[in-house]
Amino acid sequence: MAKRIDVSGLSAYYGSFRAIDDISMTVEPRSVTAFIGPSGCGKSTFLRTLNRMHEVTNGGRVEGKVMLDDEDLYGPGVDPVSVRRTVGMVFQRPNPFPTMSIYENVAAGLRLNGDHRKKDLDEIVERSLKGANLWNEVKDRLNRPGSGLSGGQQQRLCIARAIAVEPQVLLMDEPCSALDPISTLAIEDLIGELKSRFTIVIVTHNMQQAARVSDRTAFFNLAEVGAPGKLVEIDDTERIFSNPTVQATEDYISGRFG
Amino acid sequence: MATETPPATAASAKGATRKGDRIFLGLSRGSGITLLAIMAAIAVFLTWRAALAIGADEANFLTSFEWDANADPPRFGIAVLAFGTVVSSVLAMVLAVPVAVGIALFISHYAPRKLAAPLGYVIDLLAAVPSIVYGLWGALFLVPHLTGLYTWMDTYLGWTGLFTYHGGAARSLFTVGILLAIMILPIVTNVSREVFRQSPKMQEEAALALGATRWEVIRMSVLPFGRSGVISASMLGLGRALGETMAVATVLSPSFLIKASLLEPGGGTFAQNIAAGFKEAGSTGRDALIASGLVLFVITLLVNGAARLIIARRKEYSGANA
Ligand SMILES: Nc1ncnc2c1ncn2[C@@H]1O[C@H](COP(=O)(O)OP(=O)(O)O)[C@@H](O)[C@H]1O
Ligand SMILES: [Mg+2]
Repeated sequence: MAKRIDVSGLSAYYGSFRAIDDISMTVEPRSVTAFIGPSGCGKSTFLRTLNRMHEVTNGGRVEGKVMLDDEDLYGPGVDPVSVRRTVGMVFQRPNPFPTMSIYENVAAGLRLNGDHRKKDLDEIVERSLKGANLWNEVKDRLNRPGSGLSGGQQQRLCIARAIAVEPQVLLMDEPCSALDPISTLAIEDLIGELKSRFTIVIVTHNMQQAARVSDRTAFFNLAEVGAPGKLVEIDDTERIFSNPTVQATEDYISGRFG
Repeated sequence: MATETPPATAASAKGATRKGDRIFLGLSRGSGITLLAIMAAIAVFLTWRAALAIGADEANFLTSFEWDANADPPRFGIAVLAFGTVVSSVLAMVLAVPVAVGIALFISHYAPRKLAAPLGYVIDLLAAVPSIVYGLWGALFLVPHLTGLYTWMDTYLGWTGLFTYHGGAARSLFTVGILLAIMILPIVTNVSREVFRQSPKMQEEAALALGATRWEVIRMSVLPFGRSGVISASMLGLGRALGETMAVATVLSPSFLIKASLLEPGGGTFAQNIAAGFKEAGSTGRDALIASGLVLFVITLLVNGAARLIIARRKEYSGANA
């Protein structure tokens, strides 16, 4: 169910601009790893290299290696489409399919994987919505459009959609940045529950959030605007927030910059 | 700086308000009223003439196949024209819309930028070709080259009764439909392309991240988003096809008959019939043509109303959170 991610020597480009440089790290299965760092240091870019979404942007290019257990995601003959079915993603702004009902949103990924029988689908949709702590709020209006939900509910709907296909890894790019504090708490609780089943990587701007939800924290930084982002250090969250090895991490965490 | 600007403009605007605003107000109000008055006058005039003609009509205006509007007593009906207009336009839409949507998707989502831009430009150009040029091309090129297709259709689809063909020039409603399809293709393509291009990136990425292929992304997010836009584009095309005059008049060999086979010459459309008959028509004849023109107007209104209904029914799912 959950797999280990092993990144080595990874750089990503937009055209000729190198956005991140030579990143290596390991992400343990069934854990939450948080990415923190100042804006523009390449957190989103790095996250998107982990499910091969980076290359869909114009000029997007990747060098280096990403292993998912013993599968090389950038190996020859690897289909990015199948990578994305194994590594799910939740975006900064909730993006349910507006033309689909709540039910169809959750079933969307399953339908891509082939024909599921109605009964199985019903079951998986219910299980996924329960898994996203949304079932009780929407069970009476599964056939209503997903765009009618509140922002926090929409984001949980997107999480349900992502976990419905049983990915190995769940990537989240600032999933709470567009939400109010209560919805944010709901998502944070949810992340705590989901980590028993998935490998979770979350980008966050909010250091309290990183401290609350993650087991490991990676700090990214960039030397100056226009320079590529680099991984400064990755360690147990407790250590990063109490006693980081690198001075820059401490400066960032104590609010001295960023 | 920025905070000082508004009072300054407000003050200078105040000085100019009196005269400038009043002149502008008077001008715009005056031209608005004039325009309304002219339109009302035209409507009254046309309706009155049409009513005169229909009153004098000895045949049933809606169901009769005859058109002897210059005879005494006049006998005419719009059945053949309504049939020809609707059939050729609907045929044009059925042929053009799938192709247009395909081209639009290719330009917006498949073609590399270097190819997409010139392709879009060429299609823009095609939309600007005058319809008489299409008509001439239709008569000189399309008509002689369609006999092969017609013979083939007669062999394999003749059993339906709709596509029997007994030789002769291909100056039928079907040819008109094909020509109209080609004529409305650019406008339908252009509008659809603009709609697809605005499809929200967020939803496309959502589909991609679920493991959708390019076509699945289009099916899940681009097409549903573009649906009402494509409907509008099709209606725009249909409107053009319904009212197209010169191209139809150039290609069709008209007659006041409704034939089961679309491949047989004959039939007619409102616009083509008006263009063909107006010069030689007497006073009642002209009024009869005006009456038929009003019917075309009503049909166009109905088509637009139907399109609005279809679009409104899907509004709830239209992407409010994009
Ligand atoms: N689509 C893009 N095209 C070109 N440059 C981009 C694009 N997206 C991001 N960048 C650049 O890549 C760098 C890293 O961006 P990003 O990964 O979004 O940072 P973060 O998520 O940490 O704020 C920034 O300098 C940004 O300007
Ligand atoms: Mg970001």
